[in-house]
Amino acid sequence: MTENENTSNDPIIICEDVHKWFDDFHVLKGITTTFKKGEKAVICGPSGSGKSTFIRTINRLEEHQRGTIIVDGIELTNDLRNINLIRQEVGMVFQQFNLFPHLSNLKNITLGPIRVRKLSKRKAEEEALALLERMGIADQAYKYPSEISGGQQQRVAIARALAMEPKIMLFDEPTSALDPEMISEVLDVMRELAHSGMTMLVVTHEMGFAREVADRVMFFDEGVVVEEAVPADFFDNPQHERTKLFISQTLQH
Amino acid sequence: MHHASNTMAQNSTKIPFWRDTRVLQVLFQILFLLGVFLLAGILYANMLKGLDNLGLNLKLDFLRNEAGFDVSDTVIEYDPSNTYLKAFIVGVLNTLRVSLLGILCATVLGLFIGISRLSTNWLVRNIAATYIEIFRNIPLLLQILFWYTVFGSLPAARESINLFDTVFINNRSIYFPSLQQTAGISSWVGYFYAAAILSVISIFVLALIFHRKQVERMEEGDDIGYFTHVTRAAKWSIVPVFFIVAIIGWFLAPESPFVLGRPELQRFNVEGGIRFSAGFISLLIALSVYTSAFIAEVVRSGIQAVSKGQREAARAVGLSTGQTLRLIILPQAVPIIIPPLTSQYLNLAKNSSLATAAGYDDLFRIGSTILTQAGKAIPVFAMVMANYLIISLTTSAAMNWYNRWVNRFNR
Repeated sequence: MTENENTSNDPIIICEDVHKWFDDFHVLKGITTTFKKGEKAVICGPSGSGKSTFIRTINRLEEHQRGTIIVDGIELTNDLRNINLIRQEVGMVFQQFNLFPHLSNLKNITLGPIRVRKLSKRKAEEEALALLERMGIADQAYKYPSEISGGQQQRVAIARALAMEPKIMLFDEPTSALDPEMISEVLDVMRELAHSGMTMLVVTHEMGFAREVADRVMFFDEGVVVEEAVPADFFDNPQHERTKLFISQTLQH
Repeated sequence: MHHASNTMAQNSTKIPFWRDTRVLQVLFQILFLLGVFLLAGILYANMLKGLDNLGLNLKLDFLRNEAGFDVSDTVIEYDPSNTYLKAFIVGVLNTLRVSLLGILCATVLGLFIGISRLSTNWLVRNIAATYIEIFRNIPLLLQILFWYTVFGSLPAARESINLFDTVFINNRSIYFPSLQQTAGISSWVGYFYAAAILSVISIFVLALIFHRKQVERMEEGDDIGYFTHVTRAAKWSIVPVFFIVAIIGWFLAPESPFVLGRPELQRFNVEGGIRFSAGFISLLIALSVYTSAFIAEVVRSGIQAVSKGQREAARAVGLSTGQTLRLIILPQAVPIIIPPLTSQYLNLAKNSSLATAAGYDDLFRIGSTILTQAGKAIPVFAMVMANYLIISLTTSAAMNWYNRWVNRFNR
């Protein structure tokens, strides 16, 4: 499947000169970019470069202080109604999974659909079981998060985000907290999701995944986008010194 | 190989007992306990001898004597001609009343203020912080006297403050409406029993129906617990069947089985309704407010102990702030809160012995009166202490049970 089949030209996320400060620390220094419907963007960069903060501003887990972010036609402001609408359109997967430990895997997934989408319990459970089937872990539905492996937990977390039927999925270093042998099972699920046409913004150090799946790789450093390009150009022909250094350091091991 | 088994044999058999830690540990514990019992025995024998010299004894038969003193605010009926034992029971019940109500009020207040303490709203957050710092840092005795003084400055009985003809307050008491039985009660009780029997039948029938589905779901690997169908049957029986029959019975009875007895202001005093003394109310307010400040801090630390990622994940699936608190944060905070909350409950129950300051006749105050009148210091003190011990241990046991129940899913 090529990028043309499921990437349209309609923009779904528009960022215009986005700035963010943590007290005196200037984390994002004017990010301007547009993501198209169905686009897969991989965001990489050294730690502290603002890459996680950037995707967290897109569902307003972090507030930006200057500039505009428009997600699917809704501008992110302090309007509570807009924030709630955005959160239903944007799913998020965290580095530490953040599953709810007091709820079974199935209930982790059905909570949002029942409480926010107002589905019946039966309908929500049907959908959740179908999602777990898709993630390859249908047999773990009635266990608790603490009873399954990290790779399985992250797949439950992906199912939980998908259960809200989002238009956009944000992944914040989804494989960084996993043991090496579990990384591929999570990447497989993300690859399948990418082929289904989902718009995805992925912060990751998995360069193999980026090369294979991404339409665009963005390199963040010190709060700015230093370089962005299609994976082939980005990895084989980087323009900036910092990008070259980062790629050589990342690919060394 | 031979060498290894040789050393092992040496370890298990050849240590002389005065060097064997296992023997020594047990030995020292036995010696210590013997010492404690010996000391206690000497003290007890000495006390008996001393009491004998004074012409006193430890017998409890004085409890059958007439008390002769009045108690102003009681849960059960009591008059001065009753025995010391009855007076003592009145004291126990008074302590239980103020402790249980105090625990209830302090928990509700504390939960509310603890959550407010973490509000994103500046004003709410700082009002909660001020409340906590004021009431946590003023001695409880002072707070009891403060509320008692506030009560004392209210109008006298004949000019009682009248709140909507329902609640009356004066400098001695506060009156609330009370439920009073009428002649209609006897026929309503019939419907009440009928309701109970019908809902039990309904539970059995529904449980049988639900049982088949239960078996199916469990065969599918659904870990829903064996008695889920019984609880579901109970829910669907008790709520509709019991309540509907009981409510229909209420209206079919010749006369409403209970009426609201409102207090009325007479010429010199308030009559009817249910009366609480100023001492009780000021003690209750002081205990609740003082303890709620501590409970608020317990609640706050429990909520903060739940990781930030949980809140973010809840917000990311679209839950509102209230839903996040109720469905995600509190269920995880409660198991953390329970142990320190238990010690706050125990503190409240024991602090209720400051009732004397407000002139409320609790266990300690009545115990002191009996002690002075009957001159039986040791038995009375022992009884009072035993009662506080029982109250505290029961509270602990109940909270431990609740803790296990709350943690039943944390594996």
